[in-house]
Amino acid sequence: MNKISIKFLPYGLWMIFFTVIPSLMIIWFAFTNESFEFTLENICKISNHVEIIFRSILFALISTIICLIIGYPFAYFMTKLSKSNQKLCLMLIMLPMWTNLLLRTYAWMTLLENNGLINNILKAISLAPIRMINTPYAVILGMTYDFLPFMIIPIYTTISKIDNSLIEAGNDLGANDFQTFRHIIFPLSVPGIVSGISMVFVPATSTFIISQLLGGGSNVLIGDLIESQFMGSTYNPWFGSAMSFILMIIIVIIMAITNKFDKTETESLQK
Amino acid sequence: MISKLIPKICISIILIFLYLPIIVVIIFAFNKTKSRTVFNGPTLNWFFELFKDHSIMTSLLNSFILAILASIIATIIGTIAALQIVKMKKSSQSVIMSLNYIPIINSDIVMGISLMLLMTFVLNMVGGHLGFLTVLIAHITLCMPYVILTIIPKIKQTDPNLLEAALDLGCTPSKAFFKIILPQITPGIISAFIMAFSISFDDFAVSYFTTGSSFQTLPVLIYSMARKRITPKINALFAIMFVLILLMLIIMNYLDIKSEKHQRKNH
Repeated sequence: MNKISIKFLPYGLWMIFFTVIPSLMIIWFAFTNESFEFTLENICKISNHVEIIFRSILFALISTIICLIIGYPFAYFMTKLSKSNQKLCLMLIMLPMWTNLLLRTYAWMTLLENNGLINNILKAISLAPIRMINTPYAVILGMTYDFLPFMIIPIYTTISKIDNSLIEAGNDLGANDFQTFRHIIFPLSVPGIVSGISMVFVPATSTFIISQLLGGGSNVLIGDLIESQFMGSTYNPWFGSAMSFILMIIIVIIMAITNKFDKTETESLQK
Repeated sequence: MISKLIPKICISIILIFLYLPIIVVIIFAFNKTKSRTVFNGPTLNWFFELFKDHSIMTSLLNSFILAILASIIATIIGTIAALQIVKMKKSSQSVIMSLNYIPIINSDIVMGISLMLLMTFVLNMVGGHLGFLTVLIAHITLCMPYVILTIIPKIKQTDPNLLEAALDLGCTPSKAFFKIILPQITPGIISAFIMAFSISFDDFAVSYFTTGSSFQTLPVLIYSMARKRITPKINALFAIMFVLILLMLIIMNYLDIKSEKHQRKNH
């Protein structure tokens, strides 16, 4: 036992010092002021920024729904491909995921600009140019584009793991393709959907890269607000910590909802 | 016939959506002028410009050194800990695993600022500035949970009988570890290392908050460049990085197929 604890110590201490303590420090800062006295001032100040929190959740929700609508059929159709094509397809999905998020967002910046490629094509076919960059739509598009692979991969993994004999049994009992999908594949793919939703929603609510590069200054999200409290001219780590505390709570709530949903779904299937 | 075509059409449309922006950016990396809309003929000028750009090259080197160090340290500490975690009681295991999930679940911005709070707090007491060391610590923290998650299943897959057999045949425990356990978990250690490296190399938010002016990683530099103005040098950088990742994925796929074949032979 002693030997175990000595070898485990570096990791254990590391996690305490650099994960547990920093997380507690956010809470500590959120409830104190400059002279480190207890205060609720920072938490109260959040009420001035409710619209930012609301916007972050709304944008993240919309892009998560779009990702699900696009990603689910894609993942489902992927499982119908031949084994080697599936591998190729999976690689093609992972490739953008592995390129840097900043560069992917930058790619859309160059396309959506006022004198960018899309607007020039519109001009060439004598249509009026559209203002796309620095709009909410650009931010949602960016979120959808950047996080779509996170939706596809878990759904694809769960569908491809479904026991083929279940589908065959359904077919033998006279189910058509739609019925098989409705009663077998869809219910069994719910865990994948749930983890896809949390994998898209969490980074989408907390991003500040996408909103700053594609949203200009006009579409401030929680992430931007936090960033400006630490790096911008309005240096205020106490209020920044309070905002981060709220963001942590939002994430925990999402995790709790998805976890619960995941459990009840699998339980109802087992009955 | 049509029902067979729909899936293929659907998949192609989404792949086009995913790749069109990437392809456009790469094409304009070869553009003669700075225009991002009209292609004026091919040139490699922007690539030469990129290699001549001192700040980009320095930050690329910085990112590389940082990712190598962070992933090596995280892999070593993580592997040693994982070997102990699997021997622990179920209850302590579940406590450790839920702690391990904190950095994974937390968004990178929260992790970045929480580490920044701690580090500025400590630095205020002992003196010093945010820089290489603070980013390194932050990146190790970022990578370690993934190392643990990758390696533990590999350890659980090893056959305990082999270890016992080795001990019965007179192996010392440390010799048995190096001869029996380590070779079995090496593929897991390698994939953990690759994962840690790519997480560290790719990270923007955590380094953004934990670094100072003295040490700039490539994503931090790209961010400040992209905010100021768009330059074809970034396109050239994008093209190079994209090709490198493509090569890496192909190599990993190849290794995967090879190890699958190897496993089939053994069974």
